[in-house]
Amino acid sequence: MTLRRFIDQAVSPWMQGDGPNVDIVLSSRIRLARNLTEFAFPVMATESQAKKALDFIRERLEGAEYHSLGKFAWIDMDRLEPIEKRVLVEKHLISPYLVEESVHSAALINDAESVSIMVNEEDHLRIQCLFPGFQLNEALTLANGIDDWLEQKFTFAFDEQRGYLTSCPTNVGTGLRASVMIHLPALMITQRMNRIAPAINQFGLVIRGIYGEGSEALGNVFQISNQITLGKSEEDIVEDLRGVVMQLIQQENAARRDLMNFSRIQLEDRVFRSYGVLANSRIIPSKEAAKCLSDVRLGVDLGLIKGVTRNVLNELMVLTQPGFLQHYFKETLEPEERDVRRATLIRERLKKTGLDDPIE
Amino acid sequence: MECQECHLRPATLHFTKIVNGKKMEVHLCEQCAREKGEVMAGSNAFSIHNLLSGLLNFEEMAGHSDPFEEPSVLQCPKCGLTYSDFIKVGKFGCAECYRAFRDRLDPILRKVHAGNTVHTGKVPKRTGKGISIKRKIKELKEKLQRLVANEEFEEAAKVRDEIRALEKEGDVS
Repeated sequence: MTLRRFIDQAVSPWMQGDGPNVDIVLSSRIRLARNLTEFAFPVMATESQAKKALDFIRERLEGAEYHSLGKFAWIDMDRLEPIEKRVLVEKHLISPYLVEESVHSAALINDAESVSIMVNEEDHLRIQCLFPGFQLNEALTLANGIDDWLEQKFTFAFDEQRGYLTSCPTNVGTGLRASVMIHLPALMITQRMNRIAPAINQFGLVIRGIYGEGSEALGNVFQISNQITLGKSEEDIVEDLRGVVMQLIQQENAARRDLMNFSRIQLEDRVFRSYGVLANSRIIPSKEAAKCLSDVRLGVDLGLIKGVTRNVLNELMVLTQPGFLQHYFKETLEPEERDVRRATLIRERLKKTGLDDPIE
Repeated sequence: MECQECHLRPATLHFTKIVNGKKMEVHLCEQCAREKGEVMAGSNAFSIHNLLSGLLNFEEMAGHSDPFEEPSVLQCPKCGLTYSDFIKVGKFGCAECYRAFRDRLDPILRKVHAGNTVHTGKVPKRTGKGISIKRKIKELKEKLQRLVANEEFEEAAKVRDEIRALEKEGDVS
């Protein structure tokens, strides 16, 4: 059953793919917001109106097939357990908003979990395409294709002057949010991030922690996205983001080189300490786990640690979050108990890689 | 300019605070701003989305400077959302709201989208065909003027024919 797999496996199939600059850019995402002309936007809709819109969309999309992606699975949010929803959020397949605020909502997800279409989120339809590594243009091309395909089935709210009409004025125009998840440990260690972050804002881009608005950067992973959606073409928006991310990659690489050249022993110490914590601790809170995973990833990227793959780290990043952890152990856990289970799980995974002595 | 808090480091954060209608200029260095809990540019706690309804409220206050003005109730005829509710929530209720509140949107959009108010991106393929043609015609007309100004009449004639063909196509659909 597809739904089970979406929920049971920590690593989405698309994440296992390779992509350009995958050592720094974890993933690229394009999101398009679309609304139907016939219905009030979900934020304003009454329960019965929301249901009507959902049924209308279901009729046209349930079991639908988009050529290169195959069939989408239709998942009604009302039929999921809270913990299952949380798991889907932790995998970035749906937004926290869809879980917390929406009524009569659903998500369409393809087999590779690279595309999800949320129904009755803040807007009627939210198309999301995820690619591994730095592939914004590829993601935009796919999102545009899916948008055209959906437009054959629905009449989108569109205004000649304002473009695609969205519930929030911050999305109107293109309805496009392009973003990358980017791992910047060296810029954080060298404290250069403090100077870079304000500069990024001046380009009309937003930088924040991985779980969307208001969340801090766990494990040095940031999300950078465009803020402006009106008055620029989709291609220009993506190009502007791409340019800034290219700069960030260069800066991060420079900082990594500096660390290797000038503070190698301190860097090794940090990386192997973190490895030691992950491999040996019996209690580990999620924040500490995220920090240590970030250090170990840096160690792997720089060739200091051998034998641990990025896939294992990706898996642990998802798997050690509270929702997934509880789902994995099939029970609701108190925070203290979670920290114990998390430590156990990490130790097991790292042992599986057959790495007794990571130092060459 | 030095930081008004520590008077040691240069101020790198400049912003205007409005507290109870009183305007205050603030100049801080990053360190003091963080200690005071003031907004850090680039920190994730303070994104445009949180700001938006505050922004809209400000618009509203400025708009009602004339006390003799009739406080009319502007309301979307389709979903019933009033303009004052829109300001509070920061969200439109339906596609029709954009038309109903049209006269007041430009300043808001300009603020949110760095001065932009008009969409220049994608147009829906099926329902937006007429718009695509209109855009193309506008582009060609500008090109035509350039060509005429440069006295490239041969090329201009071609463009003129192209425009005519498009105008015909636009009429039919």
